[in-house]
Amino acid sequence: MIAILKYNAGNTTSVKNAVERLGFTCLVTDDLEIIQKADKVIFPGVGEASTAMAYLKERKLDILIKSLQQPVLGICLGLQLLCKHSEEGDTTCIGVFEVEVKRFPNVIIVPHMGWNVMVLKDNKLLKGISENDDVYFVHSYYAEVSDDTTAICNYGVPFSAVMQKNNFYATQFHPEKSAGVGERILKNFLNL
Amino acid sequence: MLKKRIIPCLDIANGRTVKGVNFIDIRDAGDPIELAKRYVEEGADELVFLDITATLEKRKTLVALVTEIASAINIPFTVGGGINTLEDAKAVILAGADKVSINSAAIRNPELISEISSHFGNQCVVVAMDVKNTNGAWSVFSHGGKTPTGLDALEWALEAERRGAGEILLTSMNNDGTKNGFAIDITNTISRALKIPVIASGGAGMMVHFKEVFQQTKAGAALAASIFHFGEIPIPQLKKYLQTQKIPVRCL
Repeated sequence: MIAILKYNAGNTTSVKNAVERLGFTCLVTDDLEIIQKADKVIFPGVGEASTAMAYLKERKLDILIKSLQQPVLGICLGLQLLCKHSEEGDTTCIGVFEVEVKRFPNVIIVPHMGWNVMVLKDNKLLKGISENDDVYFVHSYYAEVSDDTTAICNYGVPFSAVMQKNNFYATQFHPEKSAGVGERILKNFLNL
Repeated sequence: MLKKRIIPCLDIANGRTVKGVNFIDIRDAGDPIELAKRYVEEGADELVFLDITATLEKRKTLVALVTEIASAINIPFTVGGGINTLEDAKAVILAGADKVSINSAAIRNPELISEISSHFGNQCVVVAMDVKNTNGAWSVFSHGGKTPTGLDALEWALEAERRGAGEILLTSMNNDGTKNGFAIDITNTISRALKIPVIASGGAGMMVHFKEVFQQTKAGAALAASIFHFGEIPIPQLKKYLQTQKIPVRCL
């Protein structure tokens, strides 16, 4: 069973729909025990970092997420909350990835909204994906590039489009909204 | 490089797709779900569903239709028409829409922009504005282009951005339905003045119109309806053309 973390950041409907289209069973939940026992956990999110972290902390979901041993996929705000700290609302985040989340410089159009390509490193999540494949981004903050970065996107600055550390995977783009390419990436995760 | 987006707009009335010519004459162009799926296959970058009768009839956007769309397609989509309150926006977003588009309601109550934006983030809020050039001045019209508001187009766009809009959907009423091309001047003015993406809308009739709007303005996306619905310009052909013209687009 795939657990999709339910919290106050945006909607989880699209992620649920995408997982179901691939033929997997999933549950949108904030139940600590169910999440703990799930085969895989998806940590989606669209929204504001400090409000989302406050919600997670209140329910001890932050500690739970960090302790998970099964494959975890953070999406968009999910990726950012897995980092150390975010400039958005000066928020201390979960800290799986030791990087800072920053706002895009003011000289470019923000949000970074639309389809963009990535420079890829070899990674299980990106199996079958090429550097000509576009994925859909929509975000105003970005995670810096680090050793855990497995795909880099450039928008004014280079940033982490995909990250991985141990069982933690994360994408800044929305695989659930990235047509066939996104479907392939989600499938790679669900088949890990 | 970030791609320029091609966005088919599906105008919805009574659950069917229609397209108004200059907002009045309406022709039936099919079932929204079927059209939406076809567009995804053809490589549309996003979709916009506008319930064009909603504002006049005060009818709420069909949440059931949004639910159906969300389970059928895997690209982002925006829903507009009849979203008057934060509650309306919530219902549509929780049903699976990625963004809501607000027009007359934002003019009546600009606070609505900030309310939705602070709840769901500014990327969820598209402020749609219908603008018209009268004697050289561009002003904003509400209620499907029927009511003059007295607002200056650029000033309203800047205010929408300041209040938390994540994107502006700019429709020129002078150009809409004419197939003579997008309103380059106002699209250029607004897209250069703003720090958020602008979607150009109204007037697309030929492939070259898309090239012009992307070359001569900073619009991040271009929207059209009838030319796509009736297959006058197939999306794959349009994208291939734009690629040869050195416009960055996503090709499948």
